[in-house]
Amino acid sequence: MKELNIENLHVTVGDQEIVRGLTLRVPRGEVHALMGPNGSGKSTLAKVLAGHLDYQVTAGKVFMDGENLLELEPDERARRGLFMAFQYPSEIPGVTIANFLRAALQSRLPEGEELEATDYYAKLYEKIELLGMDRSFTSRAVNEGFSGGEKKRTEILQLAILEPKYAVLDETDSGLDIDALKTVAHGVNSLRGPDLGILLITHYQRLLNYIIPDHVHVMVAGRIVRSGRKELALELEERGYDWAREGAFEAVYTR
Amino acid sequence: MSSVANHEVAKSGSILSGPAEFREFPDWFRDQQRAAWQQFESLPQPTRKDQAWRFANVGLLDLGPFKISSPLSEDDRKNILKYSSGLDHYAARMIFGNDQLIERDVVSDDLKRRGVIFQPLERAIVEHADLFRKYFMSTEAALGSAKFAALHKALVSSGTFLFVPRGVEIEQPIEIFHWLRHDDVSIFPHLLLVTDELAKVTVIEHFRSCNRTAPGFACGVNDLIAGPGAKVTYVCAQNWASNVIALQMNSTTVDHDASAMSLNLHLGSRYSRFESLSRLIGEGGRSDLLAVAVAKHEQEFDARTLQDHVSPHTASDLLYKNALDDRARTIFGGLIRVEPHAHFADAYQKVRNLLLSDDAEANSMPGLEILADNVRCTHGATSGQIEEDQLFYLRSRGIPTKAAQRLLVTGFLDEVIQRLNHSAIATHLHRVIEEKFAA
Ligand SMILES: Nc1ncnc2c1ncn2[C@@H]1O[C@H](COP(=O)(O)OP(=O)(O)O)[C@@H](O)[C@H]1O
Ligand SMILES: [Mg+2]
Repeated sequence: MKELNIENLHVTVGDQEIVRGLTLRVPRGEVHALMGPNGSGKSTLAKVLAGHLDYQVTAGKVFMDGENLLELEPDERARRGLFMAFQYPSEIPGVTIANFLRAALQSRLPEGEELEATDYYAKLYEKIELLGMDRSFTSRAVNEGFSGGEKKRTEILQLAILEPKYAVLDETDSGLDIDALKTVAHGVNSLRGPDLGILLITHYQRLLNYIIPDHVHVMVAGRIVRSGRKELALELEERGYDWAREGAFEAVYTR
Repeated sequence: MSSVANHEVAKSGSILSGPAEFREFPDWFRDQQRAAWQQFESLPQPTRKDQAWRFANVGLLDLGPFKISSPLSEDDRKNILKYSSGLDHYAARMIFGNDQLIERDVVSDDLKRRGVIFQPLERAIVEHADLFRKYFMSTEAALGSAKFAALHKALVSSGTFLFVPRGVEIEQPIEIFHWLRHDDVSIFPHLLLVTDELAKVTVIEHFRSCNRTAPGFACGVNDLIAGPGAKVTYVCAQNWASNVIALQMNSTTVDHDASAMSLNLHLGSRYSRFESLSRLIGEGGRSDLLAVAVAKHEQEFDARTLQDHVSPHTASDLLYKNALDDRARTIFGGLIRVEPHAHFADAYQKVRNLLLSDDAEANSMPGLEILADNVRCTHGATSGQIEEDQLFYLRSRGIPTKAAQRLLVTGFLDEVIQRLNHSAIATHLHRVIEEKFAA
């Protein structure tokens, strides 16, 4: 089955359990929104999927197209088709976006094969345009001195270049003004298709006006407490997270 | 041939047997060489107790095994020429192998007509004796290597003399290659660069070995003289073989409103010591001292610097970055001195060490001596490791750990290289750094 399959995942940081039995399936070709209040563990989930070492998986499994994701190194996960757009992307002084992305693509080629430079730049400039960015951007150091909006666009630029099978977008909308939000949404929408599954993490409904999800999940205190169609996002906005929380026990016991 | 004769040949080949008499130099120069040789013999071998040699592995400075170079074969010359690739575009070039001039691409007729002199040292001594003599090793080696400066003076047999007259700007860089060929050979690379008022020039020197592991000894001097309002850029890409012992003594003299920028890239050698003395002798002068080192295995890079503010309203800015792996060591001993009356000086010094292994060792000894008023001065040396979050970020894009580390090191060093503001040279330096990583 072509899906990202998270089963009963438990994650701790130090001695604190942050993700507490989370189950979620994102089939390829679908967009799933994951909503939840601050501190509910959304970024923790995203980082665990990407393989961050600060987090300890104490129970549960994650499969990507049937392959045990948790056994793989972070860079292997990426090369096999996982992408995570960071809520807070790192600044990499002295490494230009062009060189960084070239290294990322190079790492996907067999040993001894060189990335074709002309094709690479053609693709890079095409995606730069898609995201309404200037070409000169590619010779700036990755995220160094970028505004919040520039950082988020750069994450989506990477998504566009790397063409993963599954993308986890962590709060890609936060800190964006409405124009930037539309550009980023346009970028994501243009990448939607049968070959890409997206887990769209946000705590505002706003983004979902521009990227219409197939499913919506609500996460509270480390668990999915409600799942539904896109209308759930609107209902959640109206009734608030307390309403969602009420369903928490029910959700756990029905599993 | 008897064994006695053989023994004598071997003995006369050692650098410790003194200046060779067969060189056809003018008397004044030979006299200087003799005097320098005596000085070399009378000065004591440095010990680790000397402040100027603190932390240094002085045991590596046993010169016994090293020989005066012997002539190159035709094949050697051909090969050296073939591998002497640096920048795509240059204004002129000189290529030396074992201190012998192999090729010289002269400056354009136009530059020659305007008075630019670009000659091997042995010719400049004769054809431009007065000018040459005035500047040749005129600044004393004050940072610990007086003994080795004397050795250099005694045994130097070739090198480059470059004079850029008033108002002449040379657009493309001038390139110089020095190659070490044969085991245990010693060479004494020399560069004397004199710029007159408002002249502008960029010089890049490449230090290389034909064999990647051959032991050898390189004892070089480069003296840069920036006349009033002149603009001098000097780059040295040091990439000696892994068993070479290297000493390089630089002095930079900056006259009023002139600016000098030097960048030294240290990649090769077993032990490489680099002394850099910047003297700001005229108001409005500025000196930028840059260095980048990638130290691996047992390598030791030993840098000693002096930013000497002699005149008021002068500026100096030092930025040294070292990336250290394995059991490599670096030493930085740097003094900022603002002399009495050199008011309104701006003096900066920043050293950054990136430690890639727990066994690597970076020693820093910054120092200040401020004898004037209204001086702006900062200095600091710090050591750190690769940031885990940055590494994770790169890996999360598929880049394997080793490649990600390289990328981060390259990025760390790039700040220094960017200061040159010269994309062709930057590209070249990045390429040789890449090659070291790949090796
Ligand atoms: N590296 C960490 N060290 C300690 N606590 C952490 C770490 N990462 C997250 N947490 C804690 O885990 C909880 C969930 O955080 P996070 O996953 O960032 O939530 P969200 O993204 O939903 O806002 C918070 O209480 C946060 O303080
Ligand atoms: Mg978060």
